[in-house]
Amino acid sequence: MAVAPKKQVEATPEKVHVWPYLVRLEFMCAILVILALTVWSIGIDAPLEEAANPTKTPNPSKAPWYFLGLQDILVYFDPWFAGVVAPVLIIVGLMLIPYLDINPKGNGYYTYEERKLAIWVYCFGFLVLWIALIIMGVFLRGPGWNLFMPWQYWDPHKVVALTSVDLPYALGVRTYNMAMLVGGIVICGYFAVGTGVYFFMERKAIKYVGFLRMFLKIQLYLIMIGIVIKIVLRLGFNIKYVWVTPWFNI
Amino acid sequence: MANKAPGIPSIADLIAKVKSGEIFKEISKQITESQVWTSSFRHGYADTPRNRVLQIASNVWLHLHPVKMHRHALRIKFTWCMGGITFLLFLSTVVTGVILMFYYRPVGEYAYYDMKYLQYDVPFGMLMRNMHRWAAHAMVITVWLHMFRVFLTGSYKPPREFNWVIGVFLVTFTLLLSFTGYLLPWDQLAMWAVTVGTNMARATPFLGNEGPFAEYVGVTPRYDARSILLGGSLVGPPALLRFYVLHCIFIPLVAGALMIVHFWRIRKDGGISGPL
Repeated sequence: MAVAPKKQVEATPEKVHVWPYLVRLEFMCAILVILALTVWSIGIDAPLEEAANPTKTPNPSKAPWYFLGLQDILVYFDPWFAGVVAPVLIIVGLMLIPYLDINPKGNGYYTYEERKLAIWVYCFGFLVLWIALIIMGVFLRGPGWNLFMPWQYWDPHKVVALTSVDLPYALGVRTYNMAMLVGGIVICGYFAVGTGVYFFMERKAIKYVGFLRMFLKIQLYLIMIGIVIKIVLRLGFNIKYVWVTPWFNI
Repeated sequence: MANKAPGIPSIADLIAKVKSGEIFKEISKQITESQVWTSSFRHGYADTPRNRVLQIASNVWLHLHPVKMHRHALRIKFTWCMGGITFLLFLSTVVTGVILMFYYRPVGEYAYYDMKYLQYDVPFGMLMRNMHRWAAHAMVITVWLHMFRVFLTGSYKPPREFNWVIGVFLVTFTLLLSFTGYLLPWDQLAMWAVTVGTNMARATPFLGNEGPFAEYVGVTPRYDARSILLGGSLVGPPALLRFYVLHCIFIPLVAGALMIVHFWRIRKDGGISGPL
């Protein structure tokens, strides 16, 4: 068995041969995964319900489990946002991450200290807004998309009072046009004030980060926070819409 | 006297041999010097640096790898193995999926009964179906975990920004692959889950008949984003055929092409990320 020349080893102390060190790991890993998949598949059968019947709608009708976070957002937003705009924003927002996060630290190693905000934002989006909502959609949403605790019977006749009102109504606005104006001011004001405050707080960083980068970043943050605000408004204060227009409602 | 008798070694000797590893050397020597072995393999494998490099560089399957890598990138604590597992699960769905395609017809009248046939009459049909479905679900989870790991290690940072973008496409296509496959069993679960999912398309701004500003574009329930996706105004046989073609041909081809770019860019961007 020949030993690598000492000089060469010293010059690249951190490098190892892929054969055998990585290949054997991949091989072991592949065997374990295939074994687990086979055992699991022998033990648990994929579901097959009765034949598709367009005249018989099940209650609740649920999307595949990985989309239940989005389906749950439907409680708080209209389909154009929850079903179309939100997924597009998630995909585009994820793609923008490397171009918006220009913190050079934490490249290629685990660190919380050097990039606290980035880790917080991603964990919040992934673990709370995506995973937690999926868990809720899978286990806690029953007939009528009503909330049921795991120990409760899924009563298809559960009556939930629809007492929600729009935000302008709750503020005492009673005419349609005034309500549209107030709602528009609230939504646009939220984004304008949020952007303004962020730019003021980070004014020293504008030159370094760049205007466009900073602007896109705060819009994405505000949308994320806005979704949470809307959830809180709905669950805590029975607010249905903030802004009602003839074209769309938010 | 007992010591001289051949045949029955004492337990203590045996344990000592196992502990020192000597027994494995003895067994491997016995095997590799046997007539069967030496007649089958013309020469041994010399574990030299040159041979280690050649094992990777001259093998069509392995040469996706670099011949050398940073030691830290071997650590499962660093990579979680999730990217590789995702790819492996994808390959599992390809193999089991091709087998399923022999027995399944994406036609409204046949699809559900082909599923029954697969489950009850085709040898190992149920197992193939189970493996296909569970591998697909597992792939969704592993691809999310892979993405989470890549984020936590900051591996999307320069020079790997573009590969992260490719990765986001791949996550999306993984979900779309799973979603289009969800309809194919053509049972109640499939039909209504896809109904819920595709109903969203009719709320697409401008392009869906119930979406904001649709009235300015003039889309109708029979001619909008959803009807193009479904080939009709509800989830019926045309939707089944469309989802089948998307599931078996279009999305795997696109995802496969993106995977090629994804893996190639890992190499070109300097291998698995690590502390600079």
